[in-house]
Amino acid sequence: MAPAITLAADAPTLSAANTGFMLICSALVMLMTPGLAFFYGGMVRVKSTLNMLMMSFISLGIVTVLWVLYGFSMAFGTDSGGIVGWNSDWVGLSEIGLTELWDGYTIPVSVFLVFQLMFAVLTPALISGALADRVKFTAWALFIALWATVVYFPVAHWVWGAGGWAFELGVIDFAGGTAVHINAGAAALGVILVIGKRIGFKKDPMRPHSLPLVMLGAGLLWFGWFGFNAGSWLGNDDGVGALMFVNTQVATGAAVLGWLAYEKIRHGAFTTLGAASGAVSGLVAITPAGGAVSPLGAIAVGVIAGVLCAMAVGLKYRFGYDDSLDVVGVHLVGGILGSLLIGFFATGKGQSDVAGLFYGGGLDQFWKQCAGVFGVLAYSLVVSAVLALLLDKTIGMRVSEDDEVAGIDQAEHAETAYDFSGAGGGAARTAVTAPVAPAESKKVDA
Amino acid sequence: MKLITAVVKPHRLDEIKEALQAFGVHGLTVTEASGYGRQRGHTEVYRGAEYTVDLVPKIRIEVLVEDDDAEQLIEVVVKAARTGKIGDGKVWSIPVETAVRVRTGERGPDAL
Repeated sequence: MAPAITLAADAPTLSAANTGFMLICSALVMLMTPGLAFFYGGMVRVKSTLNMLMMSFISLGIVTVLWVLYGFSMAFGTDSGGIVGWNSDWVGLSEIGLTELWDGYTIPVSVFLVFQLMFAVLTPALISGALADRVKFTAWALFIALWATVVYFPVAHWVWGAGGWAFELGVIDFAGGTAVHINAGAAALGVILVIGKRIGFKKDPMRPHSLPLVMLGAGLLWFGWFGFNAGSWLGNDDGVGALMFVNTQVATGAAVLGWLAYEKIRHGAFTTLGAASGAVSGLVAITPAGGAVSPLGAIAVGVIAGVLCAMAVGLKYRFGYDDSLDVVGVHLVGGILGSLLIGFFATGKGQSDVAGLFYGGGLDQFWKQCAGVFGVLAYSLVVSAVLALLLDKTIGMRVSEDDEVAGIDQAEHAETAYDFSGAGGGAARTAVTAPVAPAESKKVDA
Repeated sequence: MKLITAVVKPHRLDEIKEALQAFGVHGLTVTEASGYGRQRGHTEVYRGAEYTVDLVPKIRIEVLVEDDDAEQLIEVVVKAARTGKIGDGKVWSIPVETAVRVRTGERGPDAL
């Protein structure tokens, strides 16, 4: 995020332009969560499409409420020991004045907090891709609530909160390479190590059921990401937000090319899934770096991320962990790449005067980036694994084998994603003769 | 009577239909099917994971005919379905005991 404007003479006043821009950015970031739902939803088999969509969608409910109750306060309140924030005035958000400005900026607190809320919603949703087909919906909902509370809110404070240890160390994370992508990717790895593989992993074909849906999701993510990235400067008084906007486009385009080129050479075809995945890998990698690098640097970051993420998605087969939709391969690896490459490609002419190795700055910034990357990675990995273990030992994380094989959509949501059967008005498989009140029918069964 | 069944490449359906109409067949049933013969399948790649898809899409055409027409009709279908490449499919016939037109109750060849 932008450093607070510190003009000695006059305190910042409300900017209508920045406020309007940030409200639009907040809505753009909101759209990323349903976009992600489609991106993931198209990649699973037909029988678990709805569950995949819902795993993202439910975060819009749970995290929104937690954010109002205490999340914003934990992430951006007064610092305690560099670890977590707190501000009792922000509990419930009721003590925030309508025209009160976010300290040092030109936008109201309410705009800042709703923008940040969308990040908090998206991050747990990112994890869900690794857990496809097999997690009880109740367990997932509880996991989101716990994970947001003990992982996301504190980590957001480390990285972006005044007094947070990574923030104070000078770790550069423009829009969430560490707090969002490494955080979610490491959490995904922690959880899947606890809950294990899908039945039939490496044996049964698990082809994406709808690549057009994946493309649509990737497109929505790309679109929303402009708000995510450019909005993270909280205004555009110095042009850095616009630089971020440009670099977001540049790195993502380059990453599409990188992934596709690798794939063509290695596997013989340019796939749509590769193009969509390449786009996301580029978006992830430029997220921390886009304010620090030049557009040519953004091309380098994008190509490196596209190629290395394309290579990384194969690791799960070698090591035998079922990262179902490659959250680790794309978000963890892409987030690490973007964060570390700042140490090489920072020009010193973007968001700060810190230059990386290729621009005469030595390795100082690189070591700081390493501290941020591995601090977040280790904390998120361990705590997420512990949370998953806790839930697994109490209510159980996984659905029954029968339900998983038959399809989690019917077991957990009592719905089917598509009905293509023409016979009997599309209801050939059902035997409903009249509407039945669900509550009453259950009583009869009992 | 005989039941002629053809399992063939989906994109040959229109040619086969036209050939059958020209021959004087009044009705047929088409179902989507999947399977493989000597053609086997093809390979698909998703994020580097390769899958062999051995069941490929086919259509199954079924026609009821009088015994005398059967051989000739098989020839008509085979000719219309052929591309000369592997995977063109198969055509066979089996004897049919009876057939009834549901609307009128007509039986046997009258029902065709």
